[in-house]
Amino acid sequence: MSASTFGSGIRRREDPRLITGSASYTDDITLPGTLHAALLRSPYAHARINGIDTSQAAAAQGVVAVYTSADTEGEIAPSPCAWLLPDSGLTIADYHCVAKDTVRYVGDIVAVVVAETRHEAYDALDLIEVDYEPLDAVVEPKKAAADGAPQLHGEIAGNQAFHWTVTGGGDIDEAFSEADVVVKETIIQQRLIPNAMEPRATLASYTAATGELTVWNTTQNPHILRFLSSLVIGVPEDRLRVIAPEVGGGFGSKIAAYPADFITMFCSKKLGAPVKWVESRSENYQATTHGRDHVQEIELAATADGKIKGLRATVWAGMGAYLSTAAPGIPTILHGLMLSGVYDIPAIHEDVYGLYTNTTPVEAYRGAGRPEATFMVERLVDLLAAKLGLDPAEVRRRNFIPKFDNGHDVVTGLTYDSGNYDGALSKLLAESDYQQLRAEQAEARKSGRYIGLGLSTYVEICGLGPSQVAGAIGFQGGLWESAIVRFHPSGKVHVMIGASPHGQGEETTFAQIIAGELGVSPDDVKVIHGDTDNTPMGWGTYGSRTTAVGGAALALAARKIRDKAKVIAAHLLEAAVEDMDYDDGKFFVKGSPDSSKTIQDIALMANVAWNMPEGVEAGLEATTFYDPPNFVFPYGAHLAVVEVDAESGNVELKRYVAVDDCGPQINPVIVEGQVHGGIVQGIGQALWEEGVYDDDGQLLTGTMLDYALPRADRLPDIEVHSTVTPSPHHPLGVKGIGEAGTIASTAAVYNAVIDALAPLGVEAVNMPLTPERVWRSIQAAQGRN
Amino acid sequence: MTIPVSISVNGRRYDREVEPRLLLVHFIRDVLGLTGTKVGCDTSQCGSCTILLDGVSAKACTCLAVQADGASVTTIEGLAGDSELHPLQESFWNKHGLQCGYCTPGMILASHELLRCNSDPSAEEIRHGLEGNMCRCTGYQNIVRAVRDAAETIQGGTS
Ligand code: FES
Ligand code: FES
Repeated sequence: MSASTFGSGIRRREDPRLITGSASYTDDITLPGTLHAALLRSPYAHARINGIDTSQAAAAQGVVAVYTSADTEGEIAPSPCAWLLPDSGLTIADYHCVAKDTVRYVGDIVAVVVAETRHEAYDALDLIEVDYEPLDAVVEPKKAAADGAPQLHGEIAGNQAFHWTVTGGGDIDEAFSEADVVVKETIIQQRLIPNAMEPRATLASYTAATGELTVWNTTQNPHILRFLSSLVIGVPEDRLRVIAPEVGGGFGSKIAAYPADFITMFCSKKLGAPVKWVESRSENYQATTHGRDHVQEIELAATADGKIKGLRATVWAGMGAYLSTAAPGIPTILHGLMLSGVYDIPAIHEDVYGLYTNTTPVEAYRGAGRPEATFMVERLVDLLAAKLGLDPAEVRRRNFIPKFDNGHDVVTGLTYDSGNYDGALSKLLAESDYQQLRAEQAEARKSGRYIGLGLSTYVEICGLGPSQVAGAIGFQGGLWESAIVRFHPSGKVHVMIGASPHGQGEETTFAQIIAGELGVSPDDVKVIHGDTDNTPMGWGTYGSRTTAVGGAALALAARKIRDKAKVIAAHLLEAAVEDMDYDDGKFFVKGSPDSSKTIQDIALMANVAWNMPEGVEAGLEATTFYDPPNFVFPYGAHLAVVEVDAESGNVELKRYVAVDDCGPQINPVIVEGQVHGGIVQGIGQALWEEGVYDDDGQLLTGTMLDYALPRADRLPDIEVHSTVTPSPHHPLGVKGIGEAGTIASTAAVYNAVIDALAPLGVEAVNMPLTPERVWRSIQAAQGRN
Repeated sequence: MTIPVSISVNGRRYDREVEPRLLLVHFIRDVLGLTGTKVGCDTSQCGSCTILLDGVSAKACTCLAVQADGASVTTIEGLAGDSELHPLQESFWNKHGLQCGYCTPGMILASHELLRCNSDPSAEEIRHGLEGNMCRCTGYQNIVRAVRDAAETIQGGTS
């Protein structure tokens, strides 16, 4: 029974507390005597601060303290950037947690008020007088690179944070000069605002007598936050405890360690009292990291029969006003190295310019670099198909990397683990009845209806990743994960992990892993995570790595337990270890399964230790630190079917069919949920979402009223299918699935809309494909303007 | 200045003195300590704060505590009443209708309203009925399944 729970869609054990309102998110926790912090943020995108007067605020009712940079200078170090991209001329501007003399984006922190209630703190913000001298601002990355652009950081020439390149394979210029056909496009990968439904929050509680600081925070990676906080606010790591309680979604926006977090810690330390800061949604739009924001100029060289010969691109990536924690690695390592996609491309070259702009810092957002890569490649392949008059499925087939089980090198330097790209596409075409859809499209066109089919065949890199590689690419941390498996005397199990899931369901899937490996009921396993004081070090939950890396650590820890249990069982059954067999939680002498010891028998004996084999320690517990030998590379093929109303420009998404391959699925119901959510976020980018600044750097989409999130009524049911190709190097064969949908879907929907508009002569429309934009592009293509 | 209010929440009456500007959602969360009701926005868009006000769903961030004087409120903590779980809670669990859970209390109470007005909604009607509640995790599909499932359970139980 128990072994079979691996692979079954059992209900999540997380849910009972979540559906009854008993779960505690950071803002739900209040300690006796908690004070409340509110942050004064700059209303200007770029300005000099000539003076701040806090006297009235300090005297206001309930106010305990007001701090500006004069108070925090020397007490809070600049917020660190922890991805030091090598060979890129990386220049890191100091990110002062409280701005010193210049503010560089709307939302930059200028002062903090601590008061007895949240209302009093916010009231007092209005009483702070700041003398700003506005400066010119620049918000678009390509404009920031231009001569004469406003400069954000005096010491950094041309606003350039870095210039990174990837070159691989044959001579790229030759590939283009010898090509039969070249297709090009300029893509605006618009800025997105992650919108985890739970806004960010911190509760910090400092005890002067012990020098201990406990921090509850909405983080995806509590151990990294502890490490960085110890450096920034000077509380030693052993006295710092970071707890990620229930966390309401992250999607990358809760990876970074933020100035607001450090400031809240500072306030608590200074005042010797618990201090809580909770951002409002509008503040979240201004100050929690954004995603994407690329301008991409891309081109593809190919032969007349559609074989790709080279891909060349230049990307201007907006980084915002400062470099957030992991920011430099996102538009580079996680993007440029994936430009071969699922195709055999003999020559690739990309230049990526990272630019400071007067905007909110840009960080990882679901997919983080890979959606931007997939979009480029999948656009180019469709352009090639259109140019050659071939079906997009056919062009893909002519260029797919053939099926491989154990390693395939691409010219960007990566070794994909396993894949069968043609298999995924074939399944997709069959499941969606693609030929029939094409016939229906042709019929519809005859009667003036614009139906479009869009394909996206993707591979992504996740399960980050080998620590040696992390070091080589400048990531200032490891990328291994750890797990402790502990059997209690009654046979119940505690699992402690360093990763920190926040909605992905690993409390359930990790119990299923233990059940599969050790034959216990998943109900007997409690998975503990998120508290640095009672979990082993781990690098966090992002990059679809929790199951791919943490799950491997767990499986290997379970196997260590099994090995030890076997030795104890052999001793108790008076047999040689070599003669022992194991099946589904039972240890027995080969051929005599009737006389066996269960894992629970062994757990009891190991814990009481009355009769242990010579030289074997008491206890049944194992720890593993798993450093993966390679990344994992999930892949798949998606199809979107849309109908465009040429009169209004409205895009209706009629069908969405997905085939994803993340290897064996521990819990297919949870996998399907990840696929749904991921796809919808990518659809959001294609059709509705955009973070918009005006030329002065004012955020125009600064509330949930202005930023168009996907809603229930605008989506079809997604048809989910899968294939199963195990990763050759993972102990369970599994790959990640958290980001795959988002990586694939934007390109599928976009390609479908362009396909629908082809008869009208429309070749490109900037995302998001709102009715107005689509309508305008139709008018322009028809010469109607 | 404070004003006395008497609000019954999940069957228990609370008499408190509140500031006139205090939102009902903050009354529930900060004054009463019932934190199951969530705050996800500041423009009444997200639906995370949905509760039942005299049996009808309301966004608790759009209502002042003083406006709810004398009213009876049901939050996620009180939805199941004397049973362990309300059929909607059970269905959200069975159909994997939640991931991070942050939108879930509001989503369940909005679904409660939907079923109150239409006991046998189609998938399309459910999607339409829930368009005022945001979920960033699930893509809504399993929420729709959950509400459909709950409708069937409730109908099965009453017919
Ligand atoms: S908190 Fe968002 S609608 Fe009430
Ligand atoms: S489950 Fe996370 S927002 Fe809905």
